[in-house]
Amino acid sequence: MNIDIQPFIDRYRAADGNIITLLQDIQHECGYIPEDVVFALSDALDIPASSFFGVATFYTQFHLHPRGKTIVTACCGTACHVKGAERIIQAAERELGVTEEHPTSEDGQFTLERVACLGTCSLAPVVLLNGEVHAKMSPDKLRREILRFKEAIHD
Amino acid sequence: MTETIIRVCMGPGGIAAGGADVLAAFQSGLADAQVSATIENRCTMHKVGCLGLCAKDVLVDIIRNGDKKTYELVTPDMAGRIITEHVIGGTPVAEWLVKDDYHAFHAKQVKVVLSDCGAVDPESIDSYIAAGGYAAVRAVLTSMTRKDVIDLIKNSGLRGRGGAGFPTGVKWENCSNVDADTKYIICNADEGDPGAFMDRAALEGNPHAVLEGMLIGAYAIGARIGYVYVRAEYPLAVERLNLAIRQAAEHGFLGENILGSGFGFTLRIKLGAGAFVCGEETALIASIEGERGMPRPKPPFPVYKGLWGKPTVINNVETLANVPYIIRNGADWFASYGTEKSKGTKVFSLTGKVRNTGLIEVPMGITLREIIHEIGGGIENGRRFKAVQTGGPSGGCIPASMIDLNVDYESLSKAGSIVGSGGMIVLDEDDCMVSVAKYFLQFTQAESCGKCVPCRVGTKRLLEIMERITNGNGQESDLDLLVKLGNDIRQTSLCGLGMTAPNPVLSTIKYFRDEYEAHIRDKKCPAKVCKNLLTFSVIAAACKGCGACLRACPAGAVSGEKKKLHTIDQTRCVKCGACFDACKFKAIAKD
Ligand SMILES: Cc1cc2nc3c(=O)[nH]c(=O)nc-3n(C[C@H](O)[C@H](O)[C@H](O)COP(=O)(O)O)c2cc1C
Ligand code: FES
Repeated sequence: MNIDIQPFIDRYRAADGNIITLLQDIQHECGYIPEDVVFALSDALDIPASSFFGVATFYTQFHLHPRGKTIVTACCGTACHVKGAERIIQAAERELGVTEEHPTSEDGQFTLERVACLGTCSLAPVVLLNGEVHAKMSPDKLRREILRFKEAIHD
Repeated sequence: MTETIIRVCMGPGGIAAGGADVLAAFQSGLADAQVSATIENRCTMHKVGCLGLCAKDVLVDIIRNGDKKTYELVTPDMAGRIITEHVIGGTPVAEWLVKDDYHAFHAKQVKVVLSDCGAVDPESIDSYIAAGGYAAVRAVLTSMTRKDVIDLIKNSGLRGRGGAGFPTGVKWENCSNVDADTKYIICNADEGDPGAFMDRAALEGNPHAVLEGMLIGAYAIGARIGYVYVRAEYPLAVERLNLAIRQAAEHGFLGENILGSGFGFTLRIKLGAGAFVCGEETALIASIEGERGMPRPKPPFPVYKGLWGKPTVINNVETLANVPYIIRNGADWFASYGTEKSKGTKVFSLTGKVRNTGLIEVPMGITLREIIHEIGGGIENGRRFKAVQTGGPSGGCIPASMIDLNVDYESLSKAGSIVGSGGMIVLDEDDCMVSVAKYFLQFTQAESCGKCVPCRVGTKRLLEIMERITNGNGQESDLDLLVKLGNDIRQTSLCGLGMTAPNPVLSTIKYFRDEYEAHIRDKKCPAKVCKNLLTFSVIAAACKGCGACLRACPAGAVSGEKKKLHTIDQTRCVKCGACFDACKFKAIAKD
């Protein structure tokens, strides 16, 4: 990825020298954690790359691969689970052609992610579409929403 | 002149149900009405935190000259009529007002932590101050010694609301007694239980109370720096906390020499990065330090050696939010609620198969029956109540036969579960207990940080056994093996995650052994949940040949001509249940 790493270094030094904060910063700028950026920062800061990857792979927030333009976040928390989250995820996987191992669609448009509870359990099952809460989901309702996004892409 | 206050629920539920649109509709509706200026009308709009009964969101309060009416399930297009008839005309729109179940929902509740949620505007410090906020800090800093504060909290009987139930006053005293130049106080807002949102609602509904509680705690232990560790999944909570911190600093409640007392305190926010184990206090500390959130052996406990090796108190959001109210109203007032050993109230997130889902705050010691049948309004769709799961992945399931159990730390733990942070998920006859236990185990197994062997390897083996049982490959000896392995993991894990991970399995074996046996011996799932034990087939007499199942089947397992009987090819069926959901004529059998 062609990106100037100096601002990251400056902010890292100015703040508290915290790897998690640095990775959050990178992901905020790049959308994910690009490998080459990590290696460049590792050289510049004299921190082993393994320290970065160690932290990045520990926390679910960090992504090591580019993600789709539209992020479908399905809640797998308990309340959503007992109200049928599993079937909603299956429907999304079929509709987007993705799997748990390969969560981003071929065309790079969609990424399906799972999260444990969004804190809106009374409205379970819940799905986020690009961060927007959709309550009381059903497989059908989700399919329709996804279609809307797909149509918007083609327009 | 009429004075009207409109409050729109902007708690987690309110926002998800479209609270922002409702708020905007009222705002523009009022602007329009005021243009016509026929009535002298002063109207203030409030965004408020959770009003409780999230199942009826968006909830809107209209307070006209002190007379409060609440509307349920409000949508933007209802704003116009409410404004014309009620705000201006003075006659509430009766058919949209909340019904009896709303009043029943609130009747048994006692609000302390949530008392101001829904009344104060979470984005305005003045609103909190007008409701009595920051009076506790003022009293503490001007007329109480550190020991006075600690004694008061000890006398109140307040215990940690984050899970373990450790007496808060004792924790503060231990830390206060350590002689050190630097100490920290941390608010644990990681809310890891997947299926609960008490802390989110408290932070979003009344962030200043949490802040005030932290200030008082900091003063008591002698800390000058505090951290709030919040889940990244709660962006609104972070936004409101940031705002609250700014406002508190402007009002002189944060910074140097607060209220001229010589005491100074600064507060920082740390965003969690998504790891359940980071709710555990030593892992949380590692995470703030920028490392992988792996727990550290205790002792030394954080009160002696915590963040960057300094004495540190970690308290849960709800624990801290109780503190200002205890200081304001006294230890005896707080201790008048609850049981002998569990004082005060507890917020629960009541979800699952009850009619009224939402946040509830009840006195400790209330029975499960009161919660589920009175506050919760019973089971939805007329189904039969089967069990309630408390304490999330660290907790257990309590069967319907124990519905008169008191909800407090001791009683729940005797029953094999825990109060935990306050998740309460009601299950009905359509829920498979084996599958529920497996669900929690999948969660803890995936979240195990891998540092200690019992948890890393043990939960994996436990899960494998649970999987083979739900797949129809269980063996007679599996139940004993699960119990033995579960107990070993409990006793030998490094941190609370591993120590409690087997609880859902052990408690369901204790109360629902027959369901396990049905899976193992008969290869049947009595609740018809475990996919691999089900067969889907077409009921010939009911099939109209409409083709809905054929179109829904992702595996091409259904065949049949239009208007003729359809059939399912069992060798191709992936048991997803799509045909069952698609059929309008109940012609698909699931056995
Ligand atoms: C795996 C695990 C997860 C935890 N998650 C949380 C959490 O999300 N929030 C919380 O307040 N406490 C959590 N705790 C409990 C904390 O370790 C700690 O006991 C608590 O924050 C102390 O505050 P309290 O005394 O006010 O309850 C968790 C513990 C374990 C073992
Ligand atoms: S379980 Fe899905 S929002 Fe809480």
